[in-house]
Amino acid sequence: MIGTTLANTSILQLITVFILSAFLGFEVISKVPSILHTPLMSGTNAIHGVILVGAIIVTGTAHGAGELTLGFITVVLATVNVVGGFVVTDRMLEMFKSKSRPGQPPDRARDGDGPDANAAGSAR
Amino acid sequence: MRQNIIDICYLIAAVGFVLALRGLSSPKGARLGNIIGATGMAVAIGATFAVDGLTNFGVIVGAIAVGVAIGVPAARMVKMTAIPQMVAIFNGVGGAAAALVSISEFSREAGAHPATYQVVEVLAGVLIGSVSFSGSVVAFAKLQEIMTGRPLTYPGQQAVNAALGVVILALVGAGLGTDSTIAVIALLALSLVLGVAFVLPIGGADVPVLISLLNSFTGIAVAATGFVLRSTVLIVAGTLVGASGTLLTRMMSKAMGRSITNILFGAFGSVITASGSMEGATGGSVKAGTVEDIGVLLAYSRKVAIVPGYGLAVAQAQHVARELADELAKHGVEVFYAIHPVAGRMPGHMNVLLAEANVPYEQLKEMDQANPELPTADVALVVGANDVVNPAARNSPGSPIYGMPILNVDEASNVVFLKRSMRPGFAGIDNELLYDPKTTMLFGDAKDSLTKLVAAVAAT
Repeated sequence: MIGTTLANTSILQLITVFILSAFLGFEVISKVPSILHTPLMSGTNAIHGVILVGAIIVTGTAHGAGELTLGFITVVLATVNVVGGFVVTDRMLEMFKSKSRPGQPPDRARDGDGPDANAAGSAR
Repeated sequence: MRQNIIDICYLIAAVGFVLALRGLSSPKGARLGNIIGATGMAVAIGATFAVDGLTNFGVIVGAIAVGVAIGVPAARMVKMTAIPQMVAIFNGVGGAAAALVSISEFSREAGAHPATYQVVEVLAGVLIGSVSFSGSVVAFAKLQEIMTGRPLTYPGQQAVNAALGVVILALVGAGLGTDSTIAVIALLALSLVLGVAFVLPIGGADVPVLISLLNSFTGIAVAATGFVLRSTVLIVAGTLVGASGTLLTRMMSKAMGRSITNILFGAFGSVITASGSMEGATGGSVKAGTVEDIGVLLAYSRKVAIVPGYGLAVAQAQHVARELADELAKHGVEVFYAIHPVAGRMPGHMNVLLAEANVPYEQLKEMDQANPELPTADVALVVGANDVVNPAARNSPGSPIYGMPILNVDEASNVVFLKRSMRPGFAGIDNELLYDPKTTMLFGDAKDSLTKLVAAVAAT
């Protein structure tokens, strides 16, 4: 098919990559403390945003208004997945970090965090 | 040569994703892991712009700008209590993107008589991606309370869903034979319906487990798309997410003491069980206390366990809870928080909320540490939790939550429930502890009640 990055890779090689990745995926998170279930879910959510690579390839090889429109929508959706996923995960983990240093004042007020962050700051 | 450099960039990205997953599974390296993952992603996306034969860069860059303009503010402004639905919707758009990439590629190749395995790849991407998209949208609607969070069931639901599955499989067969675009579009439509039908009977506290499962679905859809495009980075990243997401789903359901099948097909909480009515008969009356009484009780305790639950998250009461803990500390009361693994809206969610309110780390006790301490607590203050402290999980074999690990707050000398009403929790099961003589109820919004208690304790 067109838009390939590894045009001459055989299907068997791809299946090899697939199976090894599956085992790796199982192994790499063999045990996760329950406090990290939410950030891990959100983090893996960001990683599958890699579909943006596919979206760019499809859009970059599009012809005609129909294909281009579809491509545009696809790239927008994939981008929301990537940036939203990583930013939201980072926001969560930032809070985990602050609690390991309980004696210190809270991190500087982060813009865009809404009333909650302000309340946390002023309560101190 | 250029292709080699691009491929090396993709390899770097794949290694970054693996390191990200490993980092995210321990508290120490979690944030760094996420940053490594994001960096790998940036490398992969940057390299893609160098792929031979691409045009339309204006459209692509414009679309990325739009995506960033939507995604970043949404992720930065979302309240911490609304994280689960945010993850659901980010997951949904990812699934939609995977389905659309597969369809785009297929529509261009349809005339060229692709090999059967190529059609299978496309159909897998479309089917799984669409189910993940529509399922995530319904999950979002449930968590955002646009629709009821309770399981929606009707007679013969399982049969209808099974029939839907059979029709979809038949369509996949038809698609294989004809490689027609119409079959693929019909498959897309039916997959969207299947996603909705699949999610409707799942409700309440089970939705987060469902989101984790849909998350791994999207991963698999991305991997299928990787086969379509012959892109190893998509296959590696998608499969990693698919596999780790499946494992994570299993760990989550284990933390709830339930099997995945039971969560997905059990329509948990749609029925009020027999054990509920039994307790109603034996339970007797409920003791409602005043703010002043409870304030005095708390201020003159030696040790207080705060048990935060879903109600605290909904009322955004984590900051006031910490104020109460501070006020109690001034009175010389030892305070700790007993955290159930599934307190809040998803596993680990409560830790995030309390960390946001700057609750000191050493005051947070996981269930295994909290349970031995609860018998020594003078008061267990349960804020908006119910099922996770219901003794029925321990001693009522007929109960749907029997076997679920719970916090044994009934072993504390006194129990105070801050609750909106007598309404049962997500599981829809009555809680006999509410009728126990040592239990005092304070009805109302968790935040209001806590604010009043802070004042009452301060005045003591």
